[in-house]
Amino acid sequence: MNQPAIIENLDRKETTTLNLGPTHPATHGVFQNVLEMDGEKIISGVSTIGYIHRAFEKIAEHRPYYQITPLTDRLNYCSSPINNMGWHMTVEKMLGIQMPKRVDYMRVIVMELARIADHLICNGILGVDTGAYTGFLYLMEQREHIYEIYEEICGARLTTNIGRIGGFERDFNDIAFQKIRKFTKDYAVALKEFQNLFDRNRIFMDRTVGVAPVTTETALNYSWTGLILRATGLDYDVRVNEPYSSYEDFDFDVPVGTTGDVYDRYILRNEEMWQSLRIIEQALDKIEKEPKGVFHANVPEIYLPPKEEVYNNMEALIYHFKIVMGEVDVPKAEVYHCVEGANGELGFYLISDGGRAPYRLHFRRPSFINYQMYAPMSRGMLLSDAIINMSSLNVIAGELDA
Amino acid sequence: MEVAFLIEKVVLVTVIFAISLGVAAYSTLAERKIAAFLQGRVGPHRAGWHGSLQPLADGGKMFFKEEIIPAESSAFLFILGPSLALLTACIGSAVIPWGQSIEVAGRVIELQVTDINVGILYIFGVVSLGVYGIMIGGWASNNKFSLMGAIRAASQNISYEIAMGLSLIALLMMSGTLSLKDIAAQQHGFWEGGYIWDGGYFTWNFFKQPLGFLLFIICAFAECNRTPFDLPESENELVAGYHTEYSGFKLGAYLFSEYINMFVSSAVMATLYWGGYNYPFMDLASSAFGPTLAAILGVVVLFMKIFFFIFFFMWIRWTIPRFRYDQLLHLGWKVLIPLAIANIVITGIVINIINYL
Repeated sequence: MNQPAIIENLDRKETTTLNLGPTHPATHGVFQNVLEMDGEKIISGVSTIGYIHRAFEKIAEHRPYYQITPLTDRLNYCSSPINNMGWHMTVEKMLGIQMPKRVDYMRVIVMELARIADHLICNGILGVDTGAYTGFLYLMEQREHIYEIYEEICGARLTTNIGRIGGFERDFNDIAFQKIRKFTKDYAVALKEFQNLFDRNRIFMDRTVGVAPVTTETALNYSWTGLILRATGLDYDVRVNEPYSSYEDFDFDVPVGTTGDVYDRYILRNEEMWQSLRIIEQALDKIEKEPKGVFHANVPEIYLPPKEEVYNNMEALIYHFKIVMGEVDVPKAEVYHCVEGANGELGFYLISDGGRAPYRLHFRRPSFINYQMYAPMSRGMLLSDAIINMSSLNVIAGELDA
Repeated sequence: MEVAFLIEKVVLVTVIFAISLGVAAYSTLAERKIAAFLQGRVGPHRAGWHGSLQPLADGGKMFFKEEIIPAESSAFLFILGPSLALLTACIGSAVIPWGQSIEVAGRVIELQVTDINVGILYIFGVVSLGVYGIMIGGWASNNKFSLMGAIRAASQNISYEIAMGLSLIALLMMSGTLSLKDIAAQQHGFWEGGYIWDGGYFTWNFFKQPLGFLLFIICAFAECNRTPFDLPESENELVAGYHTEYSGFKLGAYLFSEYINMFVSSAVMATLYWGGYNYPFMDLASSAFGPTLAAILGVVVLFMKIFFFIFFFMWIRWTIPRFRYDQLLHLGWKVLIPLAIANIVITGIVINIINYL
């Protein structure tokens, strides 16, 4: 879409059209901005999305429920486990299944690890976009450890497909717990180092303080959610306002900003990572108090039985067959469930007509909604500011296009 | 002109040229190794021992890559750009005194290609020409990102040249000469005039002109387009800035010229402010080992200083973010130039007071 951007109230027509993307290093992913530039200044812009549209919502209408989990992996691929868990919880909400506390806490650990992984990428990339590469690698090393934990839990790294509807596919093993414990210690050191490098860096502050400020009112008008909304000063966090997965059992703070500029978002992301570490440590302690070996709810009609049961037990064989063929009995229902994703409220709107696949499934993708404001926001900004604004909005191309 | 003199100069030029290119080539390896060190990585380690052949591999790759000249570009200017950049980078080292004169087979050889009496002006001239290579290349590419990079480079270099020149004037007021050889000779040794209560003082210009040095090194960063002033090629905004369209050896020429520039400006900084080839107790060394060996030691010392500055360039690059365009110009015009002028005034007053006493 190479149509020229709209030029308003411009006396001089000496402007340039600049195609930022779809494969520009600053657009971390595949999307395009057609900018009308007056020198280094952006006069107006048009955002184009859809370069990696994969019609997930339509595909989901033809798949049994358990096969939709891999689709959610590919939404926000920086924090796949949150998407997985959100989807499992949506289906469980529809089926009315209550999870044992231990499973809830295990889910909290996985989700908070994913939140850290997402935030560290975003803040690291913000550093890269301002020209400082080193801090990014300090954190990237730690993401590797998070991925090792995923590997230990589910075997995969990026598109995790963690868990099943009704619990986890297997219990966390001892190595996984050790690795999580070790990670919480190591990450505190790495994050401190990263913050020392950036928080009070004169050039970094010059670049980010007061860049792209947003008022709460504007943010709400554009339906912003998540961290970038909290940066404007409104304390809305799904984990607190509508607790899911036993988040009400945990003691953590919701950091809130004031001006909503890039620096506020940066500081808030760091603070949220500290809070996530706190939550993980609490969850580890809570799991130790729960009965060992519980990793799924007792719902044989939904949750796949173990293989030895399938071979030796008639009921288990029937359930196995029904689940794998996608013939699980589901009620006619309409559910909306949302989780606090890494960059906003990640919602799943599910309508079931009782068939094997959803009648309609809509993902409320925070990147898609947050990104709507990008082009209007960029008006009058310098190119460099617009680019760091983009990276601090944490737009993930996979989530932009479903 | 006698033949021996000609041979001497040709050999010297060849050696300096080879050293410049060699240092530039190994600076690329050093850059990657230092980046790796600062970022907790290993860095290149496949080609040769700990990656010691990596620059050759990179250079060979550059040579054999396909030369692409964009269809809508101006082919002549497109080739002229990197050539000019490489040329201006290479000729800057002609006036740098690499050491005291040495004696070979009864013949006194000056370790300087030529001692022109306007050495500093010559360096300034060459450095200002360097921006033409970037501008022409960026303009000829017929690419908006290249053009923006070229414009940034032009305004940045012009702004910072003024501050650089002004920061040097204070130094020139003290030394009273534009010849680099004389300036280096004035900084003889390290400490002059006995004990401090007998009026002893540091001979190196850094101790007389700390503010001037600070201004000069900031401007040198800007002139070399190094972080935090690497706006012309800021890869996250402008893809690769002025060399977005370049590939193969022409790209290599641009990258090479950047490293040679870094080498030359390190040498200039070392010569102007850090005593050049001078080192503490050089008179003692001269009487102990003979003047030739002492002079060679001086060359080694100069190179150590140069390598330190190159390391400093890289250290900064991998630590701090880059400025925004307007902040960069703000720093140049509203901070560095006033400070440089203040430095001139203060230096003038101090010189007058000393003369009066």
